[in-house]
Amino acid sequence: MNRRFRLLLFFASALGVGAIYCAGAGNMPPWGVYRGPYGDVIVGLAVFERHATDTVNAITYDYRGFDTLGEEFILFSAVTGVMLLLRPQKGGKKEKEESQENPASFRDSAALSEAVQVFTTALFGFSVLFGIYIATHGQLTPGGGFQGGVIIAAAPMLLYIAENTEAFTRIVSHPIVEFFEGFGAALYAIVGFVALLIGAPFLTNVIPLGKTGDVFSSGTIAVISTCVGVEVTAAFILVTYEYLREILEREKKEEG
Amino acid sequence: MLAHYPYYVAAWVFLCGMYGIVRSRHLVHMVISLTILQTSTYVLLLAIGFRKGGYAPIFADISPGVVTVDPIVQALMLTDVVVEATVIALLLAMVVKAHEKGGTTKPEDLRYMRG
Amino acid sequence: MMILGIGLLALIAVSALAIVRTDDVTNQVIALSFYGLLFALMFFVFQSPDVALSQVTVGAIALPLMVMLAITRMKHREELKRHKEEKRK
Repeated sequence: MNRRFRLLLFFASALGVGAIYCAGAGNMPPWGVYRGPYGDVIVGLAVFERHATDTVNAITYDYRGFDTLGEEFILFSAVTGVMLLLRPQKGGKKEKEESQENPASFRDSAALSEAVQVFTTALFGFSVLFGIYIATHGQLTPGGGFQGGVIIAAAPMLLYIAENTEAFTRIVSHPIVEFFEGFGAALYAIVGFVALLIGAPFLTNVIPLGKTGDVFSSGTIAVISTCVGVEVTAAFILVTYEYLREILEREKKEEG
Repeated sequence: MLAHYPYYVAAWVFLCGMYGIVRSRHLVHMVISLTILQTSTYVLLLAIGFRKGGYAPIFADISPGVVTVDPIVQALMLTDVVVEATVIALLLAMVVKAHEKGGTTKPEDLRYMRG
Repeated sequence: MMILGIGLLALIAVSALAIVRTDDVTNQVIALSFYGLLFALMFFVFQSPDVALSQVTVGAIALPLMVMLAITRMKHREELKRHKEEKRK
């Protein structure tokens, strides 16, 4: 099956599928008219039942909390897969050959200007603080664990851009990052089990709900949001380190 | 036509992604086309949940009782966006390993397993 | 507001075709970042600030970063192999 035949077959099928889909999409309700009852029901109830002003996060971590537990384990297993695949392999002959020759220099010749170095190093602290704010205020304003975790995990890349490779390697290869990833995932499941101990169904909101608008309100939503933030941070830092591990080790061998 | 416009855009983006997968010559190009295929579902979900004249479902400064858009589809999309990035990272790890063992990034040359 | 939504959807359709037709992989990563930003703008116009925040951090920053890291690692390995071949000669 050569390329041209494959492309022709694709165009014919795409035309067929597109025609059937457009004929069916013409029967859907028009855009801008929302008919379903569940959205209106939850919007009316979420503030009074759970004392959370952010309805979307109340659905994600409380009403549909079980689905989010499943998604978090997808994240966990994907990171485990990346670490298994990109693990440095100890072969016999290949490693001896590589350690005997002189490593080539892969840096480009332009030097980084000092303004970029100072600026990006100063932004590191602000990024981490902003990420912690977003991750812990999930129940009040748009944000939550997933967004805050990614913001914190992108902060060490600023150090790598500023060519501070030693600080970057020390932060990113510390063994506590792996511990935090498992700890965040496990704490979500433990919060669910605590509800079982009292006699309520799994993942019920059993912590006292505070006043609407406070940081310590809405029970387990704040706790779960912080756990998810910890886990997503550790997951993205681990993935970044696995990809960059070879390049970092070669740069360390070059200098030392 | 205008009443169903986002549904047609979702189908177009989906077919563009498939076209990229069929036509690609580089494995990373194939993975990026898969990402575009996945974003077509966001367009569809967003179009289903939208209400004309609705506000965002965050009651930090508006009083509960105003007309809002649907929050359930937003909850579905929120976790999906972050988890998609990690799954793409797993696919890219497989691409890196295939390049290491096979020596090439063309999908056609990687057909037969060796060893 | 609806006109902005209609225009953004048209721009998304054009960008999807443009990304798929780009041949060089590094150029595609930059185009993917722009596409992610367009999506974040669309989520914002359609009254979903949570998803917009997610899309900006992940789809416009973290995803192109990971693709770029994978490309860099593959190029690094190719240069290593080429350096070894040259040394052997």
